[in-house]
Amino acid sequence: MSDTDLSVPFRQRAGSALGDKHLQEALTIATTKFIGLRREAFGEFPEGERLRDMAREIKEATLQHLDRYVDQLIDSVERLGGHVHYATTPEEARRVVLDIAARTGARLAVKSKSMASEEIHLNEALEAAGVIPIETDLGEYIIQLAHERPSHIIAPAIHKTKGQVADLFAKELGRQVAADPEELTRIARVELRQKFLDADLGITGANFAVADSGTVVLVTNEGNGRMVTSLPRVHVAVMGVEKVVPSMTDLMVFLQILAKSATGQKLSVYTTLVRGPRRAGELEGPDEFHLVLLDNGRIRQIAGPLREALYCLRCGACLNVCPVYRQIGGHAYGYTYPGPIGILLTAMLEGPGSVKDLAHASSLCGACADACPVRIDIPRMLVELRREVDEARIASWTERLAYRLMETILASPTLYRWSKPLARLLQRPFARDGRIRSVPLAFGEWTRTRDLPAVARQTFQERWPELQNPTATPGSSTATGEPCDRSRLAPESGHPRPKPDSRHPLQ
Amino acid sequence: MVTCLGDMFFPEVGVSVTRLLRRLGVTVEFPQGQTCCGQPMFNSGYHAGAARVAARTVELFRDAEHVVVPSGSCAYMVRHEYPALLRDTPARAEAERLAGRTYELSQFLVRVLGKTRFKASVTGRVTYHDSCHLLRGLRESEAPRTLLRNLDGAELVELPGGDECCGFGGSFSVRLPEVSTQILDKKLRNIEATGAACVVACDSGCLMQMGGGLGRRRSKVRPLHLAELLDGDER
Ligand code: SF4
Repeated sequence: MSDTDLSVPFRQRAGSALGDKHLQEALTIATTKFIGLRREAFGEFPEGERLRDMAREIKEATLQHLDRYVDQLIDSVERLGGHVHYATTPEEARRVVLDIAARTGARLAVKSKSMASEEIHLNEALEAAGVIPIETDLGEYIIQLAHERPSHIIAPAIHKTKGQVADLFAKELGRQVAADPEELTRIARVELRQKFLDADLGITGANFAVADSGTVVLVTNEGNGRMVTSLPRVHVAVMGVEKVVPSMTDLMVFLQILAKSATGQKLSVYTTLVRGPRRAGELEGPDEFHLVLLDNGRIRQIAGPLREALYCLRCGACLNVCPVYRQIGGHAYGYTYPGPIGILLTAMLEGPGSVKDLAHASSLCGACADACPVRIDIPRMLVELRREVDEARIASWTERLAYRLMETILASPTLYRWSKPLARLLQRPFARDGRIRSVPLAFGEWTRTRDLPAVARQTFQERWPELQNPTATPGSSTATGEPCDRSRLAPESGHPRPKPDSRHPLQ
Repeated sequence: MVTCLGDMFFPEVGVSVTRLLRRLGVTVEFPQGQTCCGQPMFNSGYHAGAARVAARTVELFRDAEHVVVPSGSCAYMVRHEYPALLRDTPARAEAERLAGRTYELSQFLVRVLGKTRFKASVTGRVTYHDSCHLLRGLRESEAPRTLLRNLDGAELVELPGGDECCGFGGSFSVRLPEVSTQILDKKLRNIEATGAACVVACDSGCLMQMGGGLGRRRSKVRPLHLAELLDGDER
């Protein structure tokens, strides 16, 4: 499986993505569609806002007593005849799954989409142990054929155009294939059908696990989740430990907003509720059921600055609306979880040092927080991460020096005042008609593609003495030239001065 | 409050604000010694530096009845970040008081003064870009639109994707200039497609970004701060 080469600096990885025509086409089409669908879904759903608040409250309340709910979940699953394994690290989680595979003599594993299994790099481990993993979600199936990793939390092959998928299938099957989504789906179905029947092991993730009933919940659209959980002899679900919810009532709150946020559907096509292994008298279901609870840095963050990131439902809405993700796609980020929430999760799983550059891969526009069904304040945590990077002195010394210099100037009105004539002097060789088209050093990063306004011949502060006298109102004489063709400006005249309303309507 | 970018690059915006407010009968003062709200440092994670600058700013505006800022992101910084940033300092109480009295320009005009009718300084079609911090930070999309819709002499055309970021993001624009520019290009294509003569915004950062891109393209579309647009002949 090809991993993103992390020795290439992030800026360069992003740069290659920007130059990839197919990627740009695929991303624009898919994210625009997702954005529209989500907006429509919530537009027709007046209770949406209240449910989002409720969902957030449930997440918060659950985290406060997570240990209690995890214990309850373990009891419930065991009462149903299932087994629960707690894995602190990815190695432990892999070991648990490999042991189950070895003990049950599994050779073939079918998988439904699971980011947690990506997080622990389960497929490679299975292959190394002689178990063939087959991804059965269409998107996952595509990227498995392409030997790639998911580039989106819910749409793993979002970076591919249908033409590219057709080419991929053609190569695999050794025959021509039309670039028609329906045809491609049909081919995948035929290919997968027998695998479901032959597999010994079914591996899934879990969107939720309900503590009081021991129900593991899978939200899917293709029905493959159902086959994976019912046909093989053994079912293993791998789930981040924070995904436990207290009760079925709570679950209903999440189900009402999850699909709307993800794909704009009222509900996903399949909501699979799994309660332990097959019981006596039941026709379907596995002989064995295992739930692997993955910690991998999560528990530590309950008391850490990234706590809120543990609310995440993995709906992908924040990726779809992120201007940066929409331009560079998921692979450029370089880790399992891409997009704005991915940066936070990467910091959680790999430590803040790993996101030294990624923490800045955001314009802090806030679109993610706005779209998030549980209103996770992602921008605030990104700034927090940047602060951590600063305080741990992970940022380059030149950057830190530049910011100290900025602080010194901005904290001193005198220095600030004198910086302006100095800037005017320095900009003189570069400025023409009030704008700068090319300049060296850090600003060169700006001027390669954009003009930079020149420091005005007279800044506002420098003009204030002249403005201070209200009767001597200046005309339209500005040093930097007036934008648009303005009509003549009226001279100031004496007006009565109504006292501004002292209410604060924004409070 | 006229902060760094506005002061140095767009002084005419400050002049328009002054003129506009005086015309409405507001006594305008400009406390000397202003530099920056501290946001560039804050957003990049340099919070100690940001707090130092913020503490100064808080002190400067102690006596103002209302503080008007012609920049959504600076207003957001003062209203929403100052109190927490200065939480453990002696400036805390004053920071909270300042947060409650600080308004972005369009909000001040519409929601405090109740003034919505102005004469445009330009004629023809204008389009409006929602600055991220004004829209999603201060949750304001109506005040500027109210002003623009009621404009005498100019007509507002809505910008497709008007609520999407222009790609500025402060240091983001120079840390990841290629990404920033590609986001900007999309914005500019949308702007040009409206056929508007001006794109109006309420934030110096966005105007610097969009203006920089428009200038480089030699586009006919002009970036314009709301204050400049409202600063037409008197009614
Ligand atoms: S952070 Fe919010 S929007 Fe992003 S994937 Fe998680 S739940 Fe969805």
